[in-house]
Amino acid sequence: MLHRESGTFKTSYAADMALYPLPIARWTVAMIVLLFAVIIPLALDDYYLSILNLVLIAIVGALGLNILVGYTGQISVGHAAFMSVGAYTAANLAVHAHMPFWVTLPAGGMMAALVGAIVGIPSLRIKGLYLAIATLAGQLIIEWIINHTPAISGGAQASIEVPRPTLWGHHMKTQGQLYFFLLFFAALATVATLNLVRSRIGRAFVAIRDQDIAAEIIGVDIYRYKLLSFAISSFYAGVCGVLYTYYLGIANYEQFQINVSIDYLAMIIIGGLGSVLGSIFGAIFVTMLPIVIRLVMEPLAGLFLNEGELSSVVSSVRLVLFGGLIIFFLVIEPEGLNRLWRNIRNYFRVWPFSY
Amino acid sequence: MSGELEFAFALLVNGLSIGMLYALIALGFVLVYKATDAINFAQGEFVMLAGFVAALVLGIEGVPAVVGVAAAVAVMILFSFALERIVLRPLLGRPIIAVIMATIGLGAMLRGLPPITVGGETRAISLGIGDTPIQIWSATLPPIQVLGVVVTLAFLGLFTWFFMKSRMGIAMRAVADNQQVAMAMGINVERYFALAWGMAGVVSAFGGVIWGSMLGVDVHLALVGLKVFPVVILGGLDSIIGAVVGGLIVGVVESFAAGYLDPYVGGGTKDFAPYVLMIIALMFRPYGLFGTHKIERV
Repeated sequence: MLHRESGTFKTSYAADMALYPLPIARWTVAMIVLLFAVIIPLALDDYYLSILNLVLIAIVGALGLNILVGYTGQISVGHAAFMSVGAYTAANLAVHAHMPFWVTLPAGGMMAALVGAIVGIPSLRIKGLYLAIATLAGQLIIEWIINHTPAISGGAQASIEVPRPTLWGHHMKTQGQLYFFLLFFAALATVATLNLVRSRIGRAFVAIRDQDIAAEIIGVDIYRYKLLSFAISSFYAGVCGVLYTYYLGIANYEQFQINVSIDYLAMIIIGGLGSVLGSIFGAIFVTMLPIVIRLVMEPLAGLFLNEGELSSVVSSVRLVLFGGLIIFFLVIEPEGLNRLWRNIRNYFRVWPFSY
Repeated sequence: MSGELEFAFALLVNGLSIGMLYALIALGFVLVYKATDAINFAQGEFVMLAGFVAALVLGIEGVPAVVGVAAAVAVMILFSFALERIVLRPLLGRPIIAVIMATIGLGAMLRGLPPITVGGETRAISLGIGDTPIQIWSATLPPIQVLGVVVTLAFLGLFTWFFMKSRMGIAMRAVADNQQVAMAMGINVERYFALAWGMAGVVSAFGGVIWGSMLGVDVHLALVGLKVFPVVILGGLDSIIGAVVGGLIVGVVESFAAGYLDPYVGGGTKDFAPYVLMIIALMFRPYGLFGTHKIERV
């Protein structure tokens, strides 16, 4: 949190685990809610809100992937495929069965969770590299199946147009309306993850990450929890896919290819593995990166490049920066932006009396 | 009946020769994994980089093919050494995910670089061996594929000799077996890590030249790397002969799937079938046909 405390004076476990360790923490939370619910939507125009909306969608996906990779230690290179499962499930339900979003959203999530658990089955036998390759295979196979089954993908273009979500008879069309729609789910996902990781399930996940054989010996049912981790993580991914579909108004498999899986892995590595705040930082960072690159390069490169060349150069620069940042954070700062944030916070915690 | 048989034979020969070319790329992966336990998700990008170097050098008027190949080999060796020193050595002893992600990041970087430095257009590599197809009964093979098979067989022979007979090869096997014991025996483990990466670089350089002259060199050449995984999983991650056998299996399966299944499902089985095969293999024999079965302890 943003507030400062002068030291740690906790005398009981209850005090240590309290949600609001100091009275000021309530105020901090209230201020954050006020900022996101009132100030931001009033202060920003549509363009910035649309960027923020993309960040909110990415937060849901990054949180889900962090549960699997950061907390449970099971790598997945196929998360974008789970998103596409959610997206197409919701799109089909919304278009053919005219379901509202509060049905399609959990349905998409559940479908993704089911597929995710199936893809996760190999994790019972294999781990590390083998699991990475198995999930990569999952990504390619799911992509192929969706693309080659007209019943799912809706014909030649493999894309389905989806109506905007409606609530109490209102269509959510503008970026401002979509912002509140997405903010609700991003906040829900964040709170749910925070609670999940400090529960019995979360502790079991961390035990499996740290040493799965040891976890099994102390009585963690690793098969159950590994599959559960895959299912929960894929549920988030599915919801993320549904949100993205509603945001774009179209479900298209090209939005969920392997490079998207890698984007999300980059988010949680840059943000910080095994950290909720890190997922949020990573989602913000990775979503903003291409926009910032564009902003910086437009006046520079606009002089001697045309529009089409510029966008291809931006996407290449983005790839290079991405790769570079992943390597940089892995080698120099394995705990990511979250660690940098903690360092800054700890410095100011007792500032100016830091001795 | 004989038409049927001729078709099957053509598919078989084509599959075998493509399989040998997959094996060539997989060799680089296996070498690194065998000696250093590091996983190279950027193998396809290695191949692409070598292809770009060869294409750029050969693009200059009047440069003989040998110079292009030599340039690719030299650049790849330097690149692999630098990579090992800068990126992978700091990651020693870290979780396996760190190495996987680092090479994925490296792959992204390498894919992004060519369009901003030398331009993204497709380049050709001309080795001057002509393109009159070679006829074997019903099968026709382009000469570059035959050359690829020869190169793979040469590397297979070379590596078999290297690991069985040469002093360095035996030292490398010791490093692969147990790094600590190897160190205690006076083997400079870090030097052998660098050597393994360098060897992988050489193999990738040849892979890049051959695949580059088959498909043309652009960013999509890196997609060849996706085929490495079924190959090494089937063959076993740390087995040289496994890479070749896995390559042959994947090549043949792919070729038959494309020949017999594609007409019914509307294409694309070529990229799909090897992965299905791989999933089955993972379920029943995760350490592959020739790989070492590692026992885990707490």
